Amino acid sequence: MLDANFFRRWMAATTASVDREAERLTELDSPIGDADHGTNLQRGFTAVMAALEKDAPDTPGAVLVLAGRQLISTVGGASGPLYGTLLRRTGKALGEAAEVGEEQLAAALRDGVEAVKKLGGAEAGDKTMVDALEPAVDALGDGFAAARAAAERGAGATTPLQARKGRASYLGERSIGHQDPGATSSALLIAGLEAAAEG
Amino acid sequence: MKMLINVPETVVADALRGMAAAYPDLTVDVENRVIVRRDAPVAGQVALVSGGGSGHEPLHGGFVGPGMLSAACPGEVFTSPVPDQMARAAAAVDSGAGVLFVVKNYTGDVLNFDMAAELAEDEGIQVAKVLVNDDVAVTDSLYTAGRRGTGATLFVEKIAGAAAAEGQPLERVEAIGRQVNANSRSFGVALSACTTPAKGSPTFDLPDGELELGIGIHGEPGRERRPMMTSGEIADFAVNAILEDMPPRNPVLVLVNGMGATPLLELFGFNAEVQRVLAERGVAVARTLVGNYVTSLDMAGASVTLCQIDEELLRLWDAPVKTPALRWGM
Repeated sequence: MLDANFFRRWMAATTASVDREAERLTELDSPIGDADHGTNLQRGFTAVMAALEKDAPDTPGAVLVLAGRQLISTVGGASGPLYGTLLRRTGKALGEAAEVGEEQLAAALRDGVEAVKKLGGAEAGDKTMVDALEPAVDALGDGFAAARAAAERGAGATTPLQARKGRASYLGERSIGHQDPGATSSALLIAGLEAAAEG
Repeated sequence: MKMLINVPETVVADALRGMAAAYPDLTVDVENRVIVRRDAPVAGQVALVSGGGSGHEPLHGGFVGPGMLSAACPGEVFTSPVPDQMARAAAAVDSGAGVLFVVKNYTGDVLNFDMAAELAEDEGIQVAKVLVNDDVAVTDSLYTAGRRGTGATLFVEKIAGAAAAEGQPLERVEAIGRQVNANSRSFGVALSACTTPAKGSPTFDLPDGELELGIGIHGEPGRERRPMMTSGEIADFAVNAILEDMPPRNPVLVLVNGMGATPLLELFGFNAEVQRVLAERGVAVARTLVGNYVTSLDMAGASVTLCQIDEELLRLWDAPVKTPALRWGM
């Protein structure tokens, strides 16, 4: 079973990898976006960690709802509402339970991904974070390592796609050949689950 | 790349402190990043709130004042502001007559303003929204996020702002804003990429001797790249792209807008060519504005925006305005 500490470790692991990869995310965002994805997420997750230290919520749901709200009020751009909604909705789906099982987490995360799709109007294949998140949720039944691998494959598979949503869509065919920064950062988030499980 | 900054992290806050010192008619909340006209809320008037990423100055903070915006929310460089900022701005300027959000069609701006509208409505503030999507370089289809909002933002903010200053009700101010957007089209070109403080190097590689046609305002590349053209050839391309999309019926307002690093000498010369093409195409020009209004940091280049007007819209365009960047009649 996964308790609030697991979810705190998940956010901490994601924050650490976003810090480490910020420059690469910004580089990926440079040819097809506006070169700020890494910086923006770094600012958001730093605020998430500060809020979790201050408030120390004691259920998995509350950790994610607080994290989501912090991302919405600090990140800006499209990433703020989309990542914020993903975590908030996942947290809400977990309810007030003190501990949750992996199956419950998978179901809640699926709700979160659905909320992201609805908010951004994106489907799989549109070259967005959905391309990493959706396969990850599908693979979650086989464990966190499988989910991480699926997310990474999904992010890599955005390279040959033409963007249909967000700023990259304005480039039309010229968005082809670049890995999507949102899918890449989503893979970091999913990888954080595996890191949290390892302690 | 040399920049006149301290560190990238404080660029926006430093700029806001400087704005506050330069314009005593504005109240600038540096911590929460909200710029408000000092006399807000104005009783009986609809308030206009706009915002977007920083780096497009004078948009939007430079358009706060009587006759135009009531408040502006600057985000990080090229990043939409967050809903908290917009909701805070709405609360600061609402007189009870309601608030109109002017939103450029970029995914981040749209999502954050939608969330802000919910927050403001929870506080009992009546909110309406005008989405600006004037850029003809992006073809609209079911599969895209639609056209970008660029130069027409200035027309919407000025004309809807004038309607609000007259005391027209929220639904009327909103309708006028939508009409201005529907009547406006833009096309932009880049002669160089721009450099964001966070990245410190140009956002894309544009060699000497080439230009990007159909750019937006975030340093993103355009729809195609060509060998460098003359000012006259660029004017032909831009104006024809607009007229192809919107055959002219009425006289137009013309905005010849610099992207930040193109001097007025070049912009005025470009405007001469734009006016030539319009004359050749039989389009009457009612008013023309030339300058750096909707910029993209240090990008070299220009955009053209045309807005078809009738007598009512022209009257509202000519109405008095007093903001840092746009001022006439008062």
